Amino acid sequence: MALILELAGQALQMAIVVAIAPLLLGISRKVKARLLMRIGPPLLQPYVDIWKLMHKEMVLAYNASWIYRITPYVVFAVTWVAAALVPTYCTNLLFSWSADLIVIVALMGTARFSLALAGMDVGTAFGGIGSSREMLIASLAEPAMILIVFTIALVAGTTQLSTIAELFTHAPVGLRVSLGLAMLALIGVAVAENARIPIDNPATHLELTMVHEAMVLEYSGRHLAMIEAAAALKLVLYFSLIACLFFPFGIATIDRSPAALTVGLAAYLFKMLILAVLLPIGETSIAKMRVFRYPIFLGSAFAAAALAVFLLFVSRGF
Amino acid sequence: MPALAGLWCVAALFAVGILGLVFGRSRAATTLVYGASLAITLAALALALAFLIGDGRPSSLTLPLGLPWIGAHFRVDALAAFFLIVVNLGGAIASLYALGYGQHESSPLRVLPYYPVFLGAMNLVVLADDAFVFLLSWEFMSLVSWGMVVAHHRIPANVRAGYIYLVMASFGTLCLLLAFGVLAGIAGEYSFAAMRSMPLTQSLALIAGTLTLIGAGSKAGIVPLHVWLPLAHPAAPSHVSALLSGVMTKVGVYGFIRIVFDLIGEPTPYAGLIVAGIGGVTAVLGVLYALMQHDIKRLLAYHTVENIGIIFIGLGLALAFRANSIGWAAALALTAALFHVFNHSVFKSLLFFGAGSVLVATGERDMERLGGLIHRMPHTAFAFLIGCMAISALPPLNGFVSEWLTFQAILVSPQLPQWGLKLVIPAVGALLALSAALAAACFVKAFGVMFLGRPRTDAAQAAVEVDDWQRAAMLVLVALCVLAGVLPGLVVDALAPVAHMLVGDAMPQQTFLPWLSIVPIAKSRSSYNGLLILLFLAGSATLTAMTIHRFATRATRRSAIWDCGFPLASPSAQYTSSSFAMPIRRVFGASVFRVREIVDMPPPGAMRAGHFQVRVFDPAWFALYGPLARAVRRAANFLNRLQFLTIRSYLTLVFCALILLLLVVAAWR
Repeated sequence: MALILELAGQALQMAIVVAIAPLLLGISRKVKARLLMRIGPPLLQPYVDIWKLMHKEMVLAYNASWIYRITPYVVFAVTWVAAALVPTYCTNLLFSWSADLIVIVALMGTARFSLALAGMDVGTAFGGIGSSREMLIASLAEPAMILIVFTIALVAGTTQLSTIAELFTHAPVGLRVSLGLAMLALIGVAVAENARIPIDNPATHLELTMVHEAMVLEYSGRHLAMIEAAAALKLVLYFSLIACLFFPFGIATIDRSPAALTVGLAAYLFKMLILAVLLPIGETSIAKMRVFRYPIFLGSAFAAAALAVFLLFVSRGF
Repeated sequence: MPALAGLWCVAALFAVGILGLVFGRSRAATTLVYGASLAITLAALALALAFLIGDGRPSSLTLPLGLPWIGAHFRVDALAAFFLIVVNLGGAIASLYALGYGQHESSPLRVLPYYPVFLGAMNLVVLADDAFVFLLSWEFMSLVSWGMVVAHHRIPANVRAGYIYLVMASFGTLCLLLAFGVLAGIAGEYSFAAMRSMPLTQSLALIAGTLTLIGAGSKAGIVPLHVWLPLAHPAAPSHVSALLSGVMTKVGVYGFIRIVFDLIGEPTPYAGLIVAGIGGVTAVLGVLYALMQHDIKRLLAYHTVENIGIIFIGLGLALAFRANSIGWAAALALTAALFHVFNHSVFKSLLFFGAGSVLVATGERDMERLGGLIHRMPHTAFAFLIGCMAISALPPLNGFVSEWLTFQAILVSPQLPQWGLKLVIPAVGALLALSAALAAACFVKAFGVMFLGRPRTDAAQAAVEVDDWQRAAMLVLVALCVLAGVLPGLVVDALAPVAHMLVGDAMPQQTFLPWLSIVPIAKSRSSYNGLLILLFLAGSATLTAMTIHRFATRATRRSAIWDCGFPLASPSAQYTSSSFAMPIRRVFGASVFRVREIVDMPPPGAMRAGHFQVRVFDPAWFALYGPLARAVRRAANFLNRLQFLTIRSYLTLVFCALILLLLVVAAWR
């Protein structure tokens, strides 16, 4: 019986992250449109888009290989598994120990590898440009991400997300310079990884500026639906990561009573809502960067994380 | 007696080599030599495995060979058994591959006699238990492999590669010779047992350690001693390239571990700092050079440099922890390094086999002349893809596990008391992360340009899938990549005796943990379960696919590529290897390489074609070897004068030398 409840808890998390992903995207788009003095699409438009794409005829190039055909599913599945392993409303779910923070970072690497290959599959120039730039961004973002992991691990003494969240909720960790820097760095990495302004623009189809959109340019129909869903899910993953690491309040830990779980769920949804509103505010207040400016942006994220690590070495009090 | 059995295997391999020499011209010789090598290495593999998993008491043997007053000592202990597994596994699968690949060899007599002898020599290095046998078999291994590097000696580049290899190998052996000289001490004890028991002063240990790092490191390929790898490894036939890159570099690592961990004994903590620092720099520079290559075999050889860097990061951490008596952390770091040794030998062999199969099918090594091979060589493409994912450290494959363990070891570094180590090791961690990310970029490029897209030449268009032997060898390695990735606990437990022997501690036992996950330190600290991740991925992918097929339309239309409405028919409009690497070249190239881009754009109206050329120079050449070679030449020119002196001057010189030596002796007393 206990096992069934545990399984249900894990399944609930998997269901939640998928269910709210398009909604968060809708909220972000709506807020962004309002900031630009437009009315904007309805909040539920992303759900409608995915449903519509699923029912469109798919156009497949003659020379598309099996890699091209399985990539949408692989990317979605990998992102989904990664998102299911980040504590959202409750820590220590059944399978949460099967991966720590480093594994989650690496899982996103698997998804990216697959998508970059798909971009090169049919042999177009745009696919290649997207893949090449995506791998550049990844190679700049990943060291920053690992230093963020180091910062957290130095403060918490573990890389296990559930343990970190429990520690930060219960123990008096306090306001720390190092964690603040790590959060700044994580926001930078999240912006880059999710193809957001100033690194990339999800709304553009201007050839020379797009990265993520260029990789998936040839996709259509149900494949495109999967890719869009995976992109939304990735946003939820990074939001959950930020919430779990830096704002874990409200999350259900040792107390697993229905009341605590409800509080955890409400707190999680509230945090997601806040982040989904903050994202477009950030996006509208900054301009898109040229490709060869990326190293400066991601280098600052790296520098912030590195500073956090070194501060912690100087004194554990920072 | 495993030592005796190991020697019999070596003897059998040498005998097969002689058979190859005698019958090399006949048609059946290829099958005979590779078949026999396969059988013998499999037997040796089984023996070594049984030793490592079984009771594992060291077994030694002394033969009345070699120098008359010493004899030849041989010994199998846990460390040797692990490296015997690596050598013989690599050898067995390379032999299996060569059963098919070797049939395409244009000059079999230049490969067949050397091949089994090379395998035997590598076994002999690992079995050796005194400095004399070790150095002799080490040099023998270098010479025999040199024979295969220059097998196709009519290509001038191969001869040059062979020359550089020979120079570097002799230099490395020289350093090892001096290291053993320091270890043997005044008494001149050449057996490892005597060296192990003899205490060294701090400064002598440092000298011996540095010499070993240079000597064994030049064989393994640490920066800046790596320059021969990307030249020599690709020059050999592909199954030999796999052995050179996947296995012989590991024998170099073995030499380092044997001397530094086993023979020298207690290190200073800063030795670990140096080794880990060199490892980090090696990893990043290796992968950056690899990214700039468009010859697939050279790319893979440069990638070996990267992986050797990762291994040395682990070894450096293990040294640092051991010096501070943090046994469990040292065991973790050492296990990570050894796990990566195993992993790298598996996936690097796999990738070289894939490159060899492409070479057989198309006659091309230049990636920019390939493309679209996934349609014509589906099995090779699949195997190569798994190799690419494993080497890029993607979960749930094996490359990720060893890198994850290395990260876990890095995260223990705050426990170290030394400030230098505390500050450098996180930086090494960042270098490791950078190299992993760049490796992924590099293999997206390699796989994408070779196997995906549209064929760029007729040769790529006309490729056909290779024979069963080659595919079987690749699929065995694919299975190993997946198995070691999802069941890492088995490998970690098999490595426990080695860690116990070298650092006096081992990682906690993993095999019987629930759900077969691995927990390096404690469950609240970190854990990873490759099997569960794989099942999760498979489950959610199936669920997604089923949902899509239930709710979405199945209507599918095949058409030409869209490409934003302007598809260009010519396959040269695709991204190539150099265009893929261009952003990374821009970002890192200015500081690390001497990149020269030559653009020749004809003026409007001119009828000639435009040209674009990129030349990338390995900085080791212009920063180190170029000045070194010039200095040697200048010194030689200067000393040349001594050949043309009068008899009077010679007598004066002899007299001065005598006086000087007498003074030295007087001062020594």
